[in-house]
Amino acid sequence: MEKNTSCFFSNSSPNLVITCFVAFITIILVRFLYVIYRTGKPLNKRTPQQTLSTLIVLGGHTAEMINLLLVLQKDRFTPRFYIAAATDNMSLQKARVFENSLADSGVKGISAEFMQIYRSREVGQSYVTSVWTTLVATAHALWLMIKIRPQVVLCNGPGTCIPLCVIAFIFKVVGIRWSSIFYVESIARVKRLSLSGLLLYKLQIADQFFVQWPQLQRKYPRAHYVGCLM
Amino acid sequence: MGEARDGVQVKRVVFVTVGTTCFDALVKVADSQEVKDELYRRGYTDLLIQMGRGSYLPTKSTGDDGSLAVDYFTFSSSIADHLRSASLVISHAGSGSIFETLQLGKPLIVVVNEDLMDNHQSELAEELAERKHLYCARPLTLHQTIASMDLNCLVPYSPGDATPVAKLINRFLGFPEES
Repeated sequence: MEKNTSCFFSNSSPNLVITCFVAFITIILVRFLYVIYRTGKPLNKRTPQQTLSTLIVLGGHTAEMINLLLVLQKDRFTPRFYIAAATDNMSLQKARVFENSLADSGVKGISAEFMQIYRSREVGQSYVTSVWTTLVATAHALWLMIKIRPQVVLCNGPGTCIPLCVIAFIFKVVGIRWSSIFYVESIARVKRLSLSGLLLYKLQIADQFFVQWPQLQRKYPRAHYVGCLM
Repeated sequence: MGEARDGVQVKRVVFVTVGTTCFDALVKVADSQEVKDELYRRGYTDLLIQMGRGSYLPTKSTGDDGSLAVDYFTFSSSIADHLRSASLVISHAGSGSIFETLQLGKPLIVVVNEDLMDNHQSELAEELAERKHLYCARPLTLHQTIASMDLNCLVPYSPGDATPVAKLINRFLGFPEES
């Protein structure tokens, strides 16, 4: 009897751990499938006065992004967080000029923050050191995303958007924040997608994927052809 | 050359720009005698080269000896002003430079940098050339393009519109359609 009891107790702890682990994995899997299912499905109707915190990922095509921001309602997509790679000096500057021009033209209640994120890999960097820098960049992306927790993510091509979009997706799975991810492929991409675009398209992470040339829409049917932004 | 009006010579400036890149091949060929002669023959008076991060330095010239006046600089905070005062723009294939020039309605020759790896830039230049919004050339064929170009054949570029994207985004997020 004692031997049976001791056997029972010494077996139950690992069993409990395994059961919890399996339950955890199952919940994550269900959430994952649910997020995949809901990606790309429009959200429920909301009142026009609601605001949505917006993350704008900048890189080489800031002028296009600014063109889009000009026609988006500033009092709806606020507060705005601009992120660019640490070695990119020009993109954030252009964004600052844009936000200042909004303030100058009398738009009230401007709320914008500007942040820099470590790059996973610089051009020409050795792959060995890149492993470490990618880990650092991912940790930094995670830290920034936890602080921002955006409801809307806008990106148009730079590599910086990949870790941020993946983290946004994970936040949806884990339930930290539900976000809508919009990707606009740059006007410079006529026949082939950029690497970032290809990844986000294939992995189906973006809720809506916009292309500016009809050739791309024919090649990637889930994309929306919206004509040239510039 | 340049026509004299009331004694004042009309300047026709060719502005060459490489943006923030290093594109010595374009700067070199723009500074070559072949290209300069061709530009002079087509009625241009000045050549201004924005050479960016390149290392090749063009030769300055006042143009007093009946040739093209040549000047250069590396970067400028007001490229737009140079574009505005140009009669012809010769640019690298960066989309920013291309659309800034097209939106100002300036005739444009885009030169594709063949040294770039994975040259997706040429896609845009070729597409816009096919639609007759600009001429597309390679460094070695630039003088031929200048000789044979007919700027009256160029089709003006109508500015793009981001409102379709904004509409789709707002609709997706559940905001009501505005009338």
